[in-house]
Amino acid sequence: MKPIRIVGLTKEFRLGFSRRRSVVVRGLDLDVEQGEIFGFLGPNGAGKTTTIKILMGLIYPTSGTAWLLDREIGDVGVKSRIGFLPESPYFYEYLTGEEFLRFYGQLFGIEGLALSRKIDRLLEMVKLTEARGVPLRKFSKGMLQRIGLAQALINDPQLVVLDEPMSGLDPIGRRDVRDIILRLKDEGRTIFFSTHILPDVEMICDRVGILVKGRLQAVGAVSELVGASAVTSIEIMAEGLPDAGVQEAERLGATVARRGVQVLITVGDEGRVPPLLETIRRHAGRLVSLVPHKRSLEDLFLKEVGAGRV
Amino acid sequence: MSRITVIALNTFRETLRDKILYNLVFFGLLLIVSSILLGALTMGERAKIIQDIGLASINLFGVLIAIFVGIGLVSKEIEKRTIYSIIAKPIPRYQFLLGKYAGLALTLFVNVAIMAVGFFLTLLIGEAGLEPALLKAVGLIFVELLVITAVAVLFSTFTTPTLSATFTLAIYVIGHLTDDLRVLGGNLQSDLTKVVLDGLYYVLPNLETFNVKGPAVHGIPIEPMYLLSATAYGLAYSAVILILACVIFQRRDFK
Repeated sequence: MKPIRIVGLTKEFRLGFSRRRSVVVRGLDLDVEQGEIFGFLGPNGAGKTTTIKILMGLIYPTSGTAWLLDREIGDVGVKSRIGFLPESPYFYEYLTGEEFLRFYGQLFGIEGLALSRKIDRLLEMVKLTEARGVPLRKFSKGMLQRIGLAQALINDPQLVVLDEPMSGLDPIGRRDVRDIILRLKDEGRTIFFSTHILPDVEMICDRVGILVKGRLQAVGAVSELVGASAVTSIEIMAEGLPDAGVQEAERLGATVARRGVQVLITVGDEGRVPPLLETIRRHAGRLVSLVPHKRSLEDLFLKEVGAGRV
Repeated sequence: MSRITVIALNTFRETLRDKILYNLVFFGLLLIVSSILLGALTMGERAKIIQDIGLASINLFGVLIAIFVGIGLVSKEIEKRTIYSIIAKPIPRYQFLLGKYAGLALTLFVNVAIMAVGFFLTLLIGEAGLEPALLKAVGLIFVELLVITAVAVLFSTFTTPTLSATFTLAIYVIGHLTDDLRVLGGNLQSDLTKVVLDGLYYVLPNLETFNVKGPAVHGIPIEPMYLLSATAYGLAYSAVILILACVIFQRRDFK
């Protein structure tokens, strides 16, 4: 069973009075595997939210289809096993945190003591126990995001779909969301989330897909996509290196920048590191740090987005 | 608890926490009570004035609540995007819509009941006579509100709150003039215009059906059969409108 299976999904919108066609998602094929954290990346306007809305039954595809937990989209019943957090969530602001979760729980047919217990547990998990009696209109953006996560989990979903769960959050909020996502994975759930905050993706995603202008540009494990040993440059920081040493380093093909007593030596390939270290030692310089720079997901992202736009 | 009930009760709670509602009910009650003062200014027909103003107030403020709270119910959900997380839950769209409608119907029932109690107390205090016919008139006002609410929900499934309010208000006004459409059609030479006007007569709600305020105040008997058939008409009309609303709502994209 694939938690998400998308085949040839296309969505066109007709805009304005001219009914001009605008294709937002073009022939998207994508599989998400059981138990993985899948990061759905793409610049603004790439069609991420549209794809997610089609999966959730908020809009209908122009062509193609998708299956969630082996049921074709449009099957309302399967939604009882799915959790969803919309982009910058808007909720009934006249409800308190607890009433809000109770309402969503009831929509799943959860009632009574079981529901109360679940609400307590979720409020604790998203650190909102103290705010249970506060109306949502007084919540900060981060609190709304967290209560939104709680409602997405009220039915113990097998598949959790999150649209931009980290946007608009401060670093602490982002870490909290990241921790919750990792915890969900540990509990055996599948998580599919869209984002454009790349460091988070690199840290937690098993696989990513990059969507550009409605087309999937790349899909795979982060390490696979980025290249496991793809070191692009090495930075060596040294102290007390005399000018003779600097000149020698430059002759060895390195770029050297002086910052007071420190010098920053940058080289493109690993093979040149040993002779440089030898040079530093011979001129009685002191090695401060040696940092290999890998090709990052950000580089890949920028490259794919660039390629997709051509 | 069924999902429709969950949505309905939450909608009821939503309206209870809406300040517009309290303002409308407050002014409704104020107008009803002030009828005593107006009655005192008139000669002879004091009781009728109080009864007249009371019923008219319940009618007017009921309609205002139906329109201004009703149109917001669905279009506001779409505009504020609160609907996204609900549609993603295992609830068919039509159940969401019916739940919203039922919730507002409950709100209207409670408000009409509050205004009716205020009205009857005013009648007692003003010694204006508590006729059972007045209760029948209030009952039909409530049926009219159910029809207007259905129309408001229908418009709000595909247009903005402002436009829904305008359209619903227009239907309310025309709905009270449909008999004139027929008379007008009868007096015209052109067959086409006659067909169009006749068509409108049957398609638009005949809201005058629910207006028995005159007979109730002037002691003209209101037959139980009339009460029954008017109620049946109102419920049937609302049902058709709601089915149409569900069909539109089912097909639309929430962009």
